[in-house]
This record gives sequence, structure tokens and C-alpha cells, in this order.
Amino acid sequence: MGSMQAIADWFKWLAGAHGINVSIAYDAFDRARFLTGLSTTVWLSVACIVLSILVGLVGAWLQGARSPLVRAAVAGFVQFFRNTPPLVQLAFFYFAVSAALPMVTDQFGARVPLVNNVGWAVISFSLFAGAFNIEIFRSGIEAVPQATTEAAEALGYTRLQSYIYVVFPLAFRICLPALGNNLVNLVKTTTLAYAIGVPELLYAAAQVWSETFNVREMMVVLLLTYVAIVAVLVWFMQRWERRLRIPGYNA
Amino acid sequence: MSHELGAPIVVIDAIEKRFGALVVLRDISLTVRRGECVCVIGPSGSGKSTLLRAINALVPVSKGSIRVDGIEVNDPDLDKLALRRKVGIVFQQYNLFPHKTALENVMMAPLHVLKQPKDEVEARARRLLAKVRLSDKEGAYPGELSGGQQQRVAIARSLAMNPTLMLFDEVTAALDPETKKEVLVTIRELAAEGMTCMLVTHEMGFAAEVADHIYFTDGGTIVEHGPPAEFFKNARHERTRAFLDQVL
Repeated sequence: MGSMQAIADWFKWLAGAHGINVSIAYDAFDRARFLTGLSTTVWLSVACIVLSILVGLVGAWLQGARSPLVRAAVAGFVQFFRNTPPLVQLAFFYFAVSAALPMVTDQFGARVPLVNNVGWAVISFSLFAGAFNIEIFRSGIEAVPQATTEAAEALGYTRLQSYIYVVFPLAFRICLPALGNNLVNLVKTTTLAYAIGVPELLYAAAQVWSETFNVREMMVVLLLTYVAIVAVLVWFMQRWERRLRIPGYNA
Repeated sequence: MSHELGAPIVVIDAIEKRFGALVVLRDISLTVRRGECVCVIGPSGSGKSTLLRAINALVPVSKGSIRVDGIEVNDPDLDKLALRRKVGIVFQQYNLFPHKTALENVMMAPLHVLKQPKDEVEARARRLLAKVRLSDKEGAYPGELSGGQQQRVAIARSLAMNPTLMLFDEVTAALDPETKKEVLVTIRELAAEGMTCMLVTHEMGFAAEVADHIYFTDGGTIVEHGPPAEFFKNARHERTRAFLDQVL
């Protein structure tokens, strides 16, 4: 605790002596706001990563469906979410779709929207990144040799069994680097939730600098925080890649 | 090979296979009896592999009938799983599952497809790997095995489903002479044990030794067939003699 206090004191001195005001380092209130933002961003990122991977898995599976209608629906979904700006998508969900949904009564008896701003951010970003994941998984699935799936078929595997036990485990390894790139983008895209008032990092930083007037300092803090978050994600993805590496097989 | 031949397992009657305008198989009929080892030989592109793949419905035929142990294969309502439980196939390129060890490759289909209990499946998989002389490679991944070793794992993988019929599609074509021998020894043992086998092969010596019956195909039709002794010594057709002159 002593060293924490020393660091806080040093930042306080820095602000006073040189006007470099990293208020979150010594001011409990600013720090709490910033940490709330950080945890919201982390939570939002993890939820979107998990859901977008699910969207990708299901979409890639449906892309191989027998029904041309299903395949066209997946293609349409991908085109829509890939070819429009994520900020516009978010606004569309939050302002247009939300308004079309019924209101519900919350625990305090107030009339509130069925899905709140955080919910729309999760849905919107998951679909956005999910559309890219579908394409990423598809490229992996296409890279699995047909002879390998034929072997599974000859052993009596159904299409779903072959997908679960053979195609997907191989496709996943092939597309892991591309998936990592997309997830990094997804984490950075979560800052757009600022636009609909989700208290994530950018929102929290803006709150701090609009009261403490330390825009420059908070911008630097913000950038460094994202560098750190993405570094953790990249580290995790690389570990995963290494864990999944197959001896003697170059995918 | 001499052993008692049983009832017909495969009865192919006048099948035809077209890829668009191209006729790959034309009016092919043949019978394989239980315990019999049949070899199909012929130049590349003569439809041998297509014929073999048609038997376990990897390639649908355009016309005719294929019956495998009572199941009609050329039927839109074919129960593919029932057929594939009876028919094992080994491919030229082994096609093992690269993300699974040798032992896991052999265990996968009985576990996932037949839903058999794991201990039982594992014990049988170990026995099968021992049978193809790969007990020391149980934990190796396909990428760590030689071609001949991979092919023997592939044979064990097919046998794990307890098939009544084994199809071998040019299984030694990608192997060097030494590893080729390991695989041929395994197939010979299977045939000697009475496994019903159908081989597409370019190994004439092996065909002569292991087959009960030889079919020679060219241009999508069966030119002639007969027991090996007769076939190799007194081929009746000009085309067969020309082919044998080239390869022997």
C-alpha cells in the first residue's frame, strides 16, 4: 500500500509541478470511473468475442446447407453486416429496431426498452464481427482437403458429425490467425458503444477529461490501455495457436 | 488364394456412370462372394476407382443396380450408414485425420458413429494397431508417420468398423517399394483370414498372388475377367494382352 501511495503522490506532484494531470492515478473518484469503463470494455469484448464466434460457427455450417434459401440468407446476412459501417449498424439497432420493440416494466415499475444500450451494443458488434467470422471460418473449411471429409463420410459420419469431429477442428486451426485479427478489430470496435452511452473505456475517459480538463493525458492513457488489452488478447490467441498445433502437420 | 467362397456379398448388375456427356462406367456387372479377393486392374482413367467408390455410394451411379449384402446402393432412400458399416474403404492418399493420433484415428468412427463404449473401442483399436504392426506408434500423429505406416493405420481404422467387405483403392500407388511391401503384407494377411476384399491396383504380381478373380477394365467396361492363373497366362483379348505386355 505504501508504494501505491508513493505512486499516487508522485502523480499528484507531476500534475502540480508540470501540469501533466493523470488524475486517475491519484484521484479515487476518477480512478473508479476509469476502472468501471475498463471492466465494461473487457466484459463487452468477451461477450462479443464469444457470441461472434458462435455466429461464425453457425453461419459457416449453414453456408454448406442443402437448401439454397438458407445459403442465400447467410450470404445476405454477411453482405449486410460486412458492407455497412458498424456505427450505422449500432445506431440502426438502438434507434430504429429498439423503437419497434415493445417496452417492458422493470423492477422499479418504470417503463424501459426490452433491450438496453449495453444489450444493443453486444448484439450489434456480435453480428458485425460474426459476419466476418463466417467468412473466416468458411475459408478454413474450404482449405480442409475434400479427401479428408470423404474418409469421414466413408466411415459413416453424417455431415454434422463430420463437421464437428473432422472439418471444424482442422478448419479452426487453419483460420486461427485470421480469426485473431478479426477479434482484435472487434475489441477496438467496442469503443463505438460510446455513441449510445455505454459506459465503456472511451466514455469513461471522456467523463474524466470533461471534468478534470486533462484531454491530452487521458488520450494517452486510453491508447496505452487499448495497447494493453489487445496485447493480452493477442497473447492468448498465440498461446491457443501453439496449443492446437499438430505435430508433423503444417496447416 | 484358396479358401471356401460363400454367398455373393456384392452383386453389380449393368451399372452405368456418366459425368455429363462422359461415360465413365458402361454396362458393368460383377459379383464378389464372401471371402473372395477380387482385383480390378486396367490403365489409368478406365473407371476402376469410380467403380470401387460406387460400391459404398461415394459416387452415385446413373443406371443399374449395386447390391451389397442385401442393400441396394442405387436407391435415393439408401441408408448410407447401414451401407458404410458393412463396407470399409482405404484410399490412395490414406486420408487419416491429421489432428488425431494413430490410436484416436482408429477409435473415432466406432465412438462417434457406432456409439460403442470407449474401453471396448480402445481395446479393439490397440489390437488392430498391433495387427498392422504399429503398436509402438499409437500416440503418433499422421504427420509423424511414413506413408506406409499411415496407410496401415488407415486399414486399421476401416477394420475398426468390423466391415464385411474391404475396398482398397490403389492403396500402394503413393508408396515407395519398401513401404509398399508392409502394406501389401497386411492386405495379404486380411485376405488369408477370409476378409472379402476388392482391390484396384497396379501391382500385377500382388494381384496374381492374392486374387481369386481378376477383372480387367478399359474405357469404362470390363474387357475380360478370370482366375489369375488363366488371366495372366492366356488373356483372350488383344487389349488385355497389350496391357499386360506393357506392365509385366
